[in-house]
Amino acid sequence: MPRVLVCIKHSLNVAELSVDRETGRVVTAGAPRKMSDFDRNAVEEALKLREAGWEAVVITVGDEEAKMALREALAMGVDSAYHITGDELKDLDTLATSYLLAKAAEKLKPDLILCGEASIDSFTGLVGPRIAEWLQIPHIAYVRSLKVEGAEVIAERSLEDRIEVVRAEMPALITVTREINEPRIPSIMAIMKASKKEIVRWSAGDLGVSTEELERLRAVGVLEVRAPMMKRKGVVIEGESVQEIVEKLVDALVQEGVLP
Amino acid sequence: MTGVWVYSTDFSLYGELLTKADELAEKLGAGTAALLIGRDVRENADSLARMADKVYLLDRPELGWFEAGVYAEIIYRLAQQHEPDLIIVDSSRRGKELSARLATKLKAGCIPDCLRLDVEQGRVVADRMVYGGRAISTQACKTPAVVAVAPHAFEEKKLRKAGELVEVDVDVPSPAVRLVETRTKEVSGAALEEAEIVIAGGRGIEKREDLKLLHELAEVLNGEVGCTRPLAEDRGWFTDWIGLSGHKIKPNLYIAVGISGAIQHVAGIRDAKIIVSINTDEEAPINQVSDYIINADLYEVVPALIDAIKRRLGR
Ligand SMILES: Cc1cc2nc3c(=O)[nH]c(=O)nc-3n(C[C@H](O)[C@H](O)[C@H](O)COP(=O)(O)OP(=O)(O)OC[C@H]3O[C@@H](n4cnc5c(N)ncnc54)[C@H](O)[C@@H]3O)c2cc1C
Ligand SMILES: Nc1ncnc2c1ncn2[C@@H]1O[C@H](COP(=O)(O)O)[C@@H](O)[C@H]1O
Repeated sequence: MPRVLVCIKHSLNVAELSVDRETGRVVTAGAPRKMSDFDRNAVEEALKLREAGWEAVVITVGDEEAKMALREALAMGVDSAYHITGDELKDLDTLATSYLLAKAAEKLKPDLILCGEASIDSFTGLVGPRIAEWLQIPHIAYVRSLKVEGAEVIAERSLEDRIEVVRAEMPALITVTREINEPRIPSIMAIMKASKKEIVRWSAGDLGVSTEELERLRAVGVLEVRAPMMKRKGVVIEGESVQEIVEKLVDALVQEGVLP
Repeated sequence: MTGVWVYSTDFSLYGELLTKADELAEKLGAGTAALLIGRDVRENADSLARMADKVYLLDRPELGWFEAGVYAEIIYRLAQQHEPDLIIVDSSRRGKELSARLATKLKAGCIPDCLRLDVEQGRVVADRMVYGGRAISTQACKTPAVVAVAPHAFEEKKLRKAGELVEVDVDVPSPAVRLVETRTKEVSGAALEEAEIVIAGGRGIEKREDLKLLHELAEVLNGEVGCTRPLAEDRGWFTDWIGLSGHKIKPNLYIAVGISGAIQHVAGIRDAKIIVSINTDEEAPINQVSDYIINADLYEVVPALIDAIKRRLGR
């Protein structure tokens, strides 16, 4: 049975992050999290393959809480879930994260790997193509429609200036955009059933990755994160009629010097 | 010889990227090199030689189509020979794919979408947006490093170099991904980054025909029209959009029409001088980041605004 592996990240739910008014820092400790949006599209795409006879597997690198994302994918309908975790895996950058995922892929031997276009919190878009490079397989990024034909995958990808239809032999890695599908919402029943399913736990050691190797792969460190304050005027323009309102707006814009 | 290298998937960005490279190379006591790789690119070698200490040229017929894996392998082989400290690439979609593969070959760190870039104590230090545009993260990366720089993050300065042109001899690997078909997107929002006035529409616009309201407003204001991601990717009314995953713009005036103001959209308009929002919903998040707010139906406000501006400007 062909196998599709989906890499999912339990990200910070950026829409619900709060900023500490005094320090200007974003509060991340204990902040709400969720499966990264594009990863949910990747899971949905894997489920479509599953309906065509594939086995669908999900994996994440993350802390204890990251299991929530795996449970959600299980509830959506994937066959099994893998959790790469351990204390030494804190604050990994994309180089190390992709290495662990590639090592896991070597064990799981998928025909296709799916990632999101980017994760909602770090938004680098690097992890997918990096995994493909570690594995020496082709990748196709920014995919908005996907089809498997024999031993090949054919994908339509969206770039700034053009749409490209490309093909590659499997195994291959695909990163999907949000537009590729509409992810299903699991039923309460499915959620309850998923909460009892087993999740396979792997440490870096289980993947043959030593602590020294992980240290060497820590290339990027975060020095500081700050929330830029947007100082805006917030003037609500009101009036008796629409005409009056737009006149007031034009006056204000002329005053600001942004209209001639 | 170590140095700072630049490769751009968009030729017009070499000026600004090499300006930055030159500044960093000076701090590192090294030189700069521009990588000119592709099909029929030779004609651009002279103009790059005025901006870099070296131009590495690879002009091959097989390189007519950009495949990230192929370009990563070529640059990797050059890097193995010359060991640059830092490779700067443009942060387009192609540029980021390339940086990811190249950095992995080098077992190096990579920082994409850099808004600020420097070297401090032999490390590369960069700022980039994180958390959906809610925060700026300052990150440090050991060398060698690959960074992808957001378009127009740096100013272009006139460089007066007489760089050496080096023809490189690298076997072009055959691509693992093959092109079946390519379609140019009709419109390009490239002008958005330079526009002084941008009018953008969101899902509050009901029908495609209604976009003419935005175009009319843009015309009287001599501005450009942009949109949110769903209008481009879901509805297909535009080719590209403004925001975290799209264009980051800095107009004097930005008018958001029927846009809710999701943080990913707002990430693209942070640097606008004045933001106006037209939205029926008083609670829409866009209002919190706007200078002037009109809580009313865009279908009434926009036509009235067009009239008012026409009258005012005598057009
Ligand atoms: C990782 C990630 C990256 C993303 N990147 C981007 C990006 O780069 N750019 C981007 O734009 N989005 C991006 N998005 C999507 C973003 O989260 C929002 O979904 C999107 O910006 C919403 O678009 P909108 O404002 O047009 O639509 P909506 O959120 O549906 O807002 C429509 C607004 O129109 C108003 N309205 C309706 N009718 C009228 C009327 N008659 N008159 C006046 N107002 C009216 C409504 O009150 C509402 O506020 C991204 C999402 C993710 C997860
Ligand atoms: N910790 C992680 N565990 C599993 N997959 C990940 C992880 N981080 C990133 N990914 C995958 O890589 C994609 C791009 O993430 P990023 O490079 O962070 O933008 C995500 O959409 C996921 O598919």
